Amino acid sequence: MPKATLSTSPRRARASSGDVPARRAAGANSARRRRQTLVAWLFAAPFVLIFAAFMVLPIAGSIGFSFTDLTAGDIQTPFNVNVVGFQQYADVLADPEFQHAAGVTAVFVLVGIPATVALALALALALNSGIRRFRPIYRLAFYAPVVTSVVAVSVIWRYILARDGLLNMALAAVGIQGPDWLNSTTWALPSLILMAVWRNTGTLMVIFLAGLQSVPPDVMEAAAMDGAGRWRRLRSVTLPLLRPTMLLGGVLISVGYLQFFEESFVMTQGGPLDSTLSMTYYTFNTFGFGDFAKASAASYLMFVVIAVVSVVQFRLLRRST
Amino acid sequence: MSPLGRRPARLLAYAVLTAGALAWLAPFAWMALGSFKTQDEIFADPPTWWPHSPTSGNFTRWFTELHFGTFFTNSLIVAVLTVLGNLLFCSMVGYALAKMDFAGKRILLGVVLVTIMVPGVVTFVPLFVIVAKLGILNTYGALVLPFLTQPVGVFLMRQFMLDIPDSLLEAARIDGASELRIFTRVVLPLCGPALATLGILTFLGSWNNFLWPLVAGQSESMYTLPVALSLYSTGQYATDYGTLLSGAVLIITPILALFVALQRYFVQGIATVGLK
Repeated sequence: MPKATLSTSPRRARASSGDVPARRAAGANSARRRRQTLVAWLFAAPFVLIFAAFMVLPIAGSIGFSFTDLTAGDIQTPFNVNVVGFQQYADVLADPEFQHAAGVTAVFVLVGIPATVALALALALALNSGIRRFRPIYRLAFYAPVVTSVVAVSVIWRYILARDGLLNMALAAVGIQGPDWLNSTTWALPSLILMAVWRNTGTLMVIFLAGLQSVPPDVMEAAAMDGAGRWRRLRSVTLPLLRPTMLLGGVLISVGYLQFFEESFVMTQGGPLDSTLSMTYYTFNTFGFGDFAKASAASYLMFVVIAVVSVVQFRLLRRST
Repeated sequence: MSPLGRRPARLLAYAVLTAGALAWLAPFAWMALGSFKTQDEIFADPPTWWPHSPTSGNFTRWFTELHFGTFFTNSLIVAVLTVLGNLLFCSMVGYALAKMDFAGKRILLGVVLVTIMVPGVVTFVPLFVIVAKLGILNTYGALVLPFLTQPVGVFLMRQFMLDIPDSLLEAARIDGASELRIFTRVVLPLCGPALATLGILTFLGSWNNFLWPLVAGQSESMYTLPVALSLYSTGQYATDYGTLLSGAVLIITPILALFVALQRYFVQGIATVGLK
């Protein structure tokens, strides 16, 4: 876990040296600090330049654009555009397609994350239940999808979920006629959620496993001594102790889930009938139509949601460390 | 935990984990098998597990018709440059933030922390305009420059360097070493694990990156592997699963090999900073 410590150690060191000789040395100190400021900014310079040009400027630009009527045609003369205030935001929010995309994204997040958390928790508990053999192999298997390209695995899953693909042939073997998953407005989104769960469970499993290993053994032994059975210990000791880790894990992957795009792009192109059109996909399409200002407004609305989630995450992090 | 574990519970755990692991790996196995099948066999009913007449034709198509070499080189060049940039620049600023006292430090750190979670979807439209204005669309510059540093990398390096004892640096200073020398000779050699984590995470992110390369590298000569595969999978090769699956094999295999070899760093890194 990253520690969200904001304390700057040199400040503490200076505060503690408030005696007389130290004050006499203050003149020399301030000269040294000026020199160190110069050296420090030299060390920071490459980062600051790149960061300013490709991060700070775009973030500012994103806000700026969203209040104008900039289109692809205006790139050569970006200062020639009109300021339209909140018009783009109003247009985006009133756009039925955006509302639909927000709904699709909400379903993806609100179904996908609890499913991922639950599955990862079950696997972490199984891995932590005292087994010794094959542990590295299990971990490798569940973790492998995490490192793979979403585009590549989307191709695989499209093949598996095809009308006469592996899944439907397996279902047919037990007498069920499966739907044409990715061409069904009912089943396309659940199919993408299934794949996201498959791809992301490994991440949370590793985080939960670390959490489980930090449950103090003496607490468990005390509970066992008091006659608590295995399920009782799980329900009354392990899960409550693990709750902060679970919340944190859920929030951690939610930033990725909120931005889902490649899955739809490769597997369904947002279809059928927009049933897998996510907010990122909407932004990408709006950008593709050359409507840069509207795309900026849409992306900024997403940013607000993600920022709220991130603030929650920082709160949780600070509480858990 | 073992004194608390009983046999039936352990058997249940083994059963769940084995079934789960097989299900988890099945898509990869199905991909690998399919990539050696002919188009006829790929959707054969009933399906064949093992390819009846294994063919390498799907792979050779990538090397003959589809310029795999170009896409692979693009992906590799972009990833390697991105990794080198991050290792150098993130550790430099990380060192300043961890070990120096200077005017503006708190603001710099604050800005880094605030931007850690800013996702690519927020910045790609203005980024496109900036890159277009610089006249570098469809160049390596467009694909690499915006990713040469990342706030999360700065945070990672700074956190790691905070734990390096000040006495080591003071000793070097007393010996008359310059800050640059201290950084390269004292600090960096101690940062091995953090650099490994940052390097691996950056390589992974770059290799799998999609939205920005799709937007900024629109000519075929600038496609990275995921961009090429995605466009073929939605374009003229949409139903040619032999080609698509072998493409997936070619993208996934290098990363999986790297993962198996360096598992510890992958898992640590991702558990530490999460994935975007």
